[in-house]
Amino acid sequence: MENKNKKILLKVENASFYLNDKALIKEVSLEIKQGEIVTLIGPNGSGKSTTAKIALGIYKKIEGRVRRFTERIGYVPQKVSVDWTLPIRVIDFMSLTENLKNDQINVALNLTGVDHLKNKSLSNLSGGEFQRVLIARAIAKKPELLVLDEPVQGVDFKGEIALYELIKKISDKLNCGILLISHDLHVVMSATDFVICLNGHVCCSGKPHTVVKDEKYKELFGERASNILSFYEHEHDHSHSADGSIDPKK
Amino acid sequence: MFDDFFIRALIAGIGISLVTGPLGCFVVWRRLSFFAGTLAHSALLGVTMALFFEINIAFSVFIISAVLAILLLQLQKKTKLPNDALLGLLAHASLAVGLVVIGFLTSIRFDVMALLFGDILAVNQNDLLVIWLGGGLILIILKLIWRPLFASTVNYELSEAEGMKPDKFNAIFTILTAALIAISIKIVGLLLITGMLIIPAATARNVSNNPKQMVIFSVIFGLISVLVGLFTSLKINSASGPSIITATLLLFIISLIKFKKVSDLKK
Repeated sequence: MENKNKKILLKVENASFYLNDKALIKEVSLEIKQGEIVTLIGPNGSGKSTTAKIALGIYKKIEGRVRRFTERIGYVPQKVSVDWTLPIRVIDFMSLTENLKNDQINVALNLTGVDHLKNKSLSNLSGGEFQRVLIARAIAKKPELLVLDEPVQGVDFKGEIALYELIKKISDKLNCGILLISHDLHVVMSATDFVICLNGHVCCSGKPHTVVKDEKYKELFGERASNILSFYEHEHDHSHSADGSIDPKK
Repeated sequence: MFDDFFIRALIAGIGISLVTGPLGCFVVWRRLSFFAGTLAHSALLGVTMALFFEINIAFSVFIISAVLAILLLQLQKKTKLPNDALLGLLAHASLAVGLVVIGFLTSIRFDVMALLFGDILAVNQNDLLVIWLGGGLILIILKLIWRPLFASTVNYELSEAEGMKPDKFNAIFTILTAALIAISIKIVGLLLITGMLIIPAATARNVSNNPKQMVIFSVIFGLISVLVGLFTSLKINSASGPSIITATLLLFIISLIKFKKVSDLKK
């Protein structure tokens, strides 16, 4: 693996988490290195968000061990609701956990395409706009580790692709590690270095092309899901330039 | 022009409203008004303790509030009762116990009404020192912990994930609230201090669009209410606490009217 010499940012070892005596996840292990995108997939209620929260130290009463080797963390939670009683604009929200300069804020908002919303109230944003602000806030502080819990939910189709491209670009540019939770198997399989398939426990894990061939993956997502990669591998021998023409790769 | 006692009450009231403004905003944002009310109710017990053991009232009230806050945390862990039930239980239990204990202290002349509703005659120089030093300290600490406290107010999980240690700062905030109640019962009274925290902040919400603005407006509205309330109290000989809170209510009503007009214009 090319990542062998890179710094390990996060290590979860055999983590289990119980809520009212019911195991939400059992013996999950994962590791994220610099510049690496690790993705969690799995059906609803399979413990993806729980795993992310354990990795981040939000859930502390766990079995197993979690070690974080960086303090510079950016988190996009699955759900953020801001009460009406709290008047807060996008610009206030951007500096929530770190004091940012005005142009740092501008650059980040520009990257996710919402710089025009800077002085708007958070409670007036649409779901998709809010998601873009959340991503902008997480990347503005130039984190070493990004944890993205379904970061593009509610974003329009075109924006979704652009945001995933942005996430990939950021991981390259900042050389940060990313823990991504996504339902979009196409994106997961094409842009991810390592996939962990969860269903309360780790069903299977590995590089995308090995995971899709795994029987357990097929059981969980169905036969069609395993064809995703063949579709992608076909696509991988060329790419499309902005005008839609085909560029042969390499 | 004014009697000394009134000047003292003014200085005390101004000091208190400078602190209730920002703290009150956090109480409203964090939905802690019932919690603050519970702490205030327990202050009566604190006062009786102070009289019984002959220690400083503010100090004793602060200790009792802190104990109550810890008790609440334990009850939250050990029982399955909802939060509002636990708060109600503690608020009225501690108020009742406080009143019962007062009955035993017959040797001390004691004005319960002044304690419940505030008394501008009661403020002495020592109280001023406690209010301004204590209040100043509360404000400095609040300023220092502003970012992590605010972050955990907006979103607990986000602030925990990004290393803001919300539990620690939530605990500090509880202590600050207890301290504020301790220094302000003489002026506002323990039944009404929650109003002083919440109403100016709620009024400020109607006219602000960002957090800092809301804090500033909330301080201004608090100041106006204290001035109006104390002068009224002097003029018509009403209790200082209710007079101040009535003034906050008037401001709130005015802010509602204005708020409606602004939103009408937008339509």
